[in-house]
Amino acid sequence: MAVELKHDPYNLIITGVGGQGNVLASRMLGSVLTSQGLWVTIGETFGASQRGGSVMSHLRLSQQGSWSPQIPSGQAHMVLALEPLEALRVLLKYGNPGSQAIVNDRPVLPYAAITGKAPYPDTGEMREQLAKLTARAWTIPATKTALELGAPIYANIIMLGALASLGELPMNRDDFERELTRSLGPAKVPRNLEAFDLGASMVAA
Amino acid sequence: MSNLDMTPGQRHTVMGNQAICRGALEAGVRVVAGYPGTPSSEIIENLARAADEYGLYVEWSVNEKVSLEVAAAGSLAGMRSLCAMKQNGVNVASDFLLHLAGSGVRAGMVLVHCDDPGALSSVNEGESRHFARMLELPQLEPGDFQEAKDMTKWAFELSEELGQVVMLRSVTRLSHASGGVVAGPLPQGEAKARFEHHGTLLDTNRGPVSSAPVSVKHARQQEKLARAVELFEQSPFNTYQGPEEPELLVITSSICQLYVKEALAMLDAAGRVGVLKLGTTWPLPPKLIQKNLQRCGRIMVVEEVIPFLEENLKILAAEMAAEVGPKEFLAKREGYIPSTGELNPDLVAEALARALDIQYQPRPAEYAALAQAAAPSTDSPRELAFCPGCPHRASFWSLKNALALDGRDGFICGDIGCYAMGARPSNYGILKTLHAMGSGTGLASGFGQLGRFGMDQPVMAVSGDSTFYHAVIPALINAVHQRSPMSLVVLDNSGTAMTGFQPHPGTQNNAMGQPVPPVDLEAVCRTLGAEVTVCDPFDLEATREAALKMLADQSKAKVLILRQLCALSPERKGKKLYDVQVDPDKCLGGQCGCNRFCTRAFGCPGLTWERETGRASIDEVICAGCGVCASVCPAGAITKTERG
Repeated sequence: MAVELKHDPYNLIITGVGGQGNVLASRMLGSVLTSQGLWVTIGETFGASQRGGSVMSHLRLSQQGSWSPQIPSGQAHMVLALEPLEALRVLLKYGNPGSQAIVNDRPVLPYAAITGKAPYPDTGEMREQLAKLTARAWTIPATKTALELGAPIYANIIMLGALASLGELPMNRDDFERELTRSLGPAKVPRNLEAFDLGASMVAA
Repeated sequence: MSNLDMTPGQRHTVMGNQAICRGALEAGVRVVAGYPGTPSSEIIENLARAADEYGLYVEWSVNEKVSLEVAAAGSLAGMRSLCAMKQNGVNVASDFLLHLAGSGVRAGMVLVHCDDPGALSSVNEGESRHFARMLELPQLEPGDFQEAKDMTKWAFELSEELGQVVMLRSVTRLSHASGGVVAGPLPQGEAKARFEHHGTLLDTNRGPVSSAPVSVKHARQQEKLARAVELFEQSPFNTYQGPEEPELLVITSSICQLYVKEALAMLDAAGRVGVLKLGTTWPLPPKLIQKNLQRCGRIMVVEEVIPFLEENLKILAAEMAAEVGPKEFLAKREGYIPSTGELNPDLVAEALARALDIQYQPRPAEYAALAQAAAPSTDSPRELAFCPGCPHRASFWSLKNALALDGRDGFICGDIGCYAMGARPSNYGILKTLHAMGSGTGLASGFGQLGRFGMDQPVMAVSGDSTFYHAVIPALINAVHQRSPMSLVVLDNSGTAMTGFQPHPGTQNNAMGQPVPPVDLEAVCRTLGAEVTVCDPFDLEATREAALKMLADQSKAKVLILRQLCALSPERKGKKLYDVQVDPDKCLGGQCGCNRFCTRAFGCPGLTWERETGRASIDEVICAGCGVCASVCPAGAITKTERG
């Protein structure tokens, strides 16, 4: 199947804090893109960092075959961040002048911030840095919208909806609906599809 | 439907561990056993889920040695069998593995051992490939996802051909990464197990099975290795890519081969470098090595942690010096490749750039400067902390307070499980030793004997429930029998929580979801002769008092069981016991005199300190509703109300 990729391999990083649904998002995205005929390689953080630690999934999309599950420094094309500080952390290592980012605006405080040992960075400052380190960036209220939908965990699907609507990758709403049915079961489709659509409406291509 | 159902001939994106499982199914595996440990756990999990559909027997054994024994029984009765464990597990299993290597196996038997270079989820980065050399067993290393499946299938055939257990090594970045795998067909047919044992001791297929008589069996074992070498010379899993006469020959194995491919693409150097990727890494096939060493004079070996391939290649190069000429090696001992931590494309590119004299810059200098300027914002790393609602936080809080009240500078010997995070500052830094499964109790048993030399600090050990069955029982027997005045605290959260909540001998269901009789932890401790107290760690006061009483009794070994479900257990996950609130009138924050006690000292991620209001608040997105913080606030400003 001939699918046009803007880069080969196309390097996408999903980042956030353990417990935000990072792994599920990367697997669903990987599954949708595999069904489009692409080779997908996914590298994930697991184990002790599952809760509360910084987590990152590296997705490599290619027409040619498997690539390293770790993206080399400075080579990310797209960063999907469930947490703003993590977006910045990832860009510092993997960003380049062409990188794009979609960022959930709700912070998850690190332990040092909770205990008052270190401040969480200023939101305005982080936005400025984000703008400098990307070619295009969108900051969206994913967790806030997810809470309105009934649970914070929908934030990851909202982010995927935003990503899909940019047209960067060969995936549309129908592909995603099929994947939701496959991985979550039919009962959970309507609410998650609603989350997907809300995400799509939050970014303008 | 299990996630090992794949359409033959079609490509699927699956985890390395899933690919290994699919390979085992395509080989017709029947008996599967293991003990959970990251990054190996999903192998048993996936096969357990597929047990009904594919007619398998799958178990989580009490420890790795027993799991290897269970799998070997399958093989000896004619059933292809698989055993899976993480790197430390091979240490545990190695005693039996040595003897199994001597006795040999019957139906194909594969030991999948998953190393963790970089210690991403371990407290060590041990190298289990050395067991293959030490115990004289064949060793395979898949280099990508497709090979993870294909080599697993082939490993069973190889094992049968040799009559020997075959070791197949994965690493975290293969086991836990996902990639494209084209599925093959599944075998058909019923299986019938039978153990033939009436033949002579030397009859491999019909006699009793033992590594004795050693002189005969050991020689036979080495003949099997020699046969493995012949097969490895022809193996399609050893490949060469690159110019016939390259400037540099890279020899690599495992997932490192993908890092090499990536690094060559980054440096645009594929035309200058030859890559020999080895899938069969012990014993090395000398003819293949000789042919490739002849290609050029400079050899780079790319592998993780200890120089296993490097050293074995250097021995061969020395033996073949007359045929292949002198070689310059650029590897670990020469400082090109690091000897600790995992590799990645950047590290390999750095080594290659140095060897080939290439300047490489991943992004414009101007961008790098911007990133540098933004770096201070991200200075604060995310310290790992127990989950919100985790019973271990409550347990350690009470133990910390009991040790402080006792006032004799007592300490806790840690063990392996989620609670090992108790060694970190974010979890009170309460564990003062941390080694292998069960070692906390063994160490405490030893510390307890040092009173005779003037040591007056009381000692405690902690262990999880799964760890208790795995390796604590013998240590506890020792402590009780030697009258060591130590206290063992079993943090019983009813499952193997750290690795994804697998069942163990104390749970009511087995790996395949069938009901089984749980082995009563409390009764085992009592039977061993220990005095036992059981407490709910969410009851902070009762737990602290029980711990204090234990510390005071210096006459014998005692056990305190702190029982409360893991916050992520299927029964508890996503269900809040309480609605927790901070009363803004009662919480005076900085003015209270408590110096923000709840956030500063207790440190649950569900509780945050709001700089703007100067008060504590509950983060509804994170709070798991355990209600423990309500007992912590000295002003009673945190309230909990039971949820209906």
